[in-house]
Amino acid sequence: MSAPAPSMHSAAAKTRAEKLGLRLERANLDEFADTLLALARTDANVVAVTSDSRGSGKLGPFGQQHPKQIVEMGIAEQNLVGVAAGLASAGKIVFAVSPACFLTARALEQIKNDVAYSDNPVVLVGISAGVSYGALGSTHHSLHDFAVLRAIHNVAIVAPADNFETREAVRLAAVAETPVYLRFGKAPLYRLPSAGTFELGRARLLRPGSDAAFVATGETVIHALLAADFLKERNGIECRVLSVPSIRPLDTGAVLDAARTCRALVTVEEHSVHGGLGEACAALIAEAGLARRFGIAGLPDEDTVTGSQAEIFRHYGLTMEGLAEKMTGLMSR
Amino acid sequence: MREERELILKSLRYRKELLRVIKNAGAGHTGGDLSCIDILNVLYNRILRVSPKTFSDPNRDRYVQSKGHCVEALYVVLADRGFFPAEELETVCRHGSAFVGHPTRKVPGVEQNTGALGHGLPLCTGMAIAGKLDGAPYRVFTLLGDGELAEGSNWEAAMAAAHYGLDNLTAIVDCNTLQISGHTADVMNSEPLEAKWASFGWAVRRVPGHDFGALIGALEHPLEKGKPSVVVANTTKGKGISFMENVAKWHHGVPNDDEYARAIAELDAAISALEGVPA
Ligand SMILES: Cc1ncc(C[n+]2csc(CCOP(=O)(O)OP(=O)(O)O)c2C)c(N)n1
Ligand SMILES: [Mg+2]
Repeated sequence: MSAPAPSMHSAAAKTRAEKLGLRLERANLDEFADTLLALARTDANVVAVTSDSRGSGKLGPFGQQHPKQIVEMGIAEQNLVGVAAGLASAGKIVFAVSPACFLTARALEQIKNDVAYSDNPVVLVGISAGVSYGALGSTHHSLHDFAVLRAIHNVAIVAPADNFETREAVRLAAVAETPVYLRFGKAPLYRLPSAGTFELGRARLLRPGSDAAFVATGETVIHALLAADFLKERNGIECRVLSVPSIRPLDTGAVLDAARTCRALVTVEEHSVHGGLGEACAALIAEAGLARRFGIAGLPDEDTVTGSQAEIFRHYGLTMEGLAEKMTGLMSR
Repeated sequence: MREERELILKSLRYRKELLRVIKNAGAGHTGGDLSCIDILNVLYNRILRVSPKTFSDPNRDRYVQSKGHCVEALYVVLADRGFFPAEELETVCRHGSAFVGHPTRKVPGVEQNTGALGHGLPLCTGMAIAGKLDGAPYRVFTLLGDGELAEGSNWEAAMAAAHYGLDNLTAIVDCNTLQISGHTADVMNSEPLEAKWASFGWAVRRVPGHDFGALIGALEHPLEKGKPSVVVANTTKGKGISFMENVAKWHHGVPNDDEYARAIAELDAAISALEGVPA
């Protein structure tokens, strides 16, 4: 009777993930909540601020175990961010947790002035980001968050691709001296191959290659990795894959190296094609004077189709198959 | 009495239909749909001067559902009023459908796109100011959640609506005392509502929110000349399904097969009981 929840990956993509030895882990949101709970346990200064978002942020156990370290603001995102900035100014380690769509749109001025400009090191946690809310529609999508935050000085923008990147990002954000925006989805994710330590401003090389490159961020990275493997097998293309958890600071060296070495470069993100990782890379590459075959995979500039997150990804080609197609199209042009 | 009975029956049927839509879509805001469906019933069947034929008439009454998450209730009532064929409800939340899980103008009869809370009252304030500027006869209505009232935009609009003496504007608060995380009184208390709205310059009436007579009485005419009206409807979240009433988790709970069958059985029993009573 109910529509079966469509999977994020085709059967072929799942088989390929298995072949690569990738294991399905939990949602980044769950990893975030547990990491934050662990931090709160050892540091009473850690405070979570919520906007009727405790359940959506998986902070139920946090609230039960540390009732004095959670501040509920009700459905009031502007107040959430303003209050978070005030708490941070008074020495608290503040995680302001709210759906990414509302946090980065409704409270944008508070982010710009009270957090970024006034340099209050709040950790802004955008939950159920991108198109995680699926058929709830455009009010609930955050396809603008990278764009608006990139235009505001002094906020690190971080979109972890798996549970490892999430854990590391949360720990780094807690000790950061400037504001950080973290962005999480709620779908279970594959654990990506290990690729060294996690640092802000450092891309992670998940797969070497010098024919083509995927430069991907957040929860689309897995699709790029599978596409690269698929392209090797089907077309003999050696495709580099960079996971770029931090869009700011951006690992300009890694992006430029990929652009210099590879014939074609495709960026991938769960964001509008405008103003995100893709345009950041495009500007970087153009300013370096490099002319490359270049494509941006993301959500096009249109009213987003109705559907679950998986259906939306499939609709716009943010899948192994879709990305492989985009890359071969670009290379044969 | 006859009129009351007709509305009660209609609401029972709406409840069945919205549960069916939620079950079919695998998603929905069940608790809040059930708390506001009687209000929507009264609005669309007794108060609003709007129909599929007059929907593009500049003088039509306007309704904006600010608590947009309870979209299933709105879609069901619009289908019943003939804005689109009821079969289209099968596509709610499906890939490629116009029926998004929050009100969208892609669906005939929907005035404004909502879903982010705290937008309906400012929008309606603008519509009501336009009505005054044009000397137009229409009224403007919006439905707010009690949790939603924490959004500051509501109070900015409340101040403006009173400032401009918008007696063509009526806000209805679906005061079911719950929001996602639990009781509104615990999450972020919005009471005392009468005192708050009155101090902002509004005419206020609190009514039992599932009492058709009381709702009609409060909504039929503006409460006071020269002031915007607010009707605080004391409702029950999950109203009409015994095991959903006043239970926070039904905010966006989707019934499993067994729960669905039990819910429909309760509504069917209520319908039979009512139909057995001579009018
Ligand atoms: C700006 C904004 N913040 C958060 C949400 C998420 N949200 C959807 S419904 C809801 C609770 C609403 O409670 P209430 O207004 O009391 O509505 P009801 O009880 O009638 O469902 C929340 C927080 C939202 N839709 N919009
Ligand atoms: Mg409520």
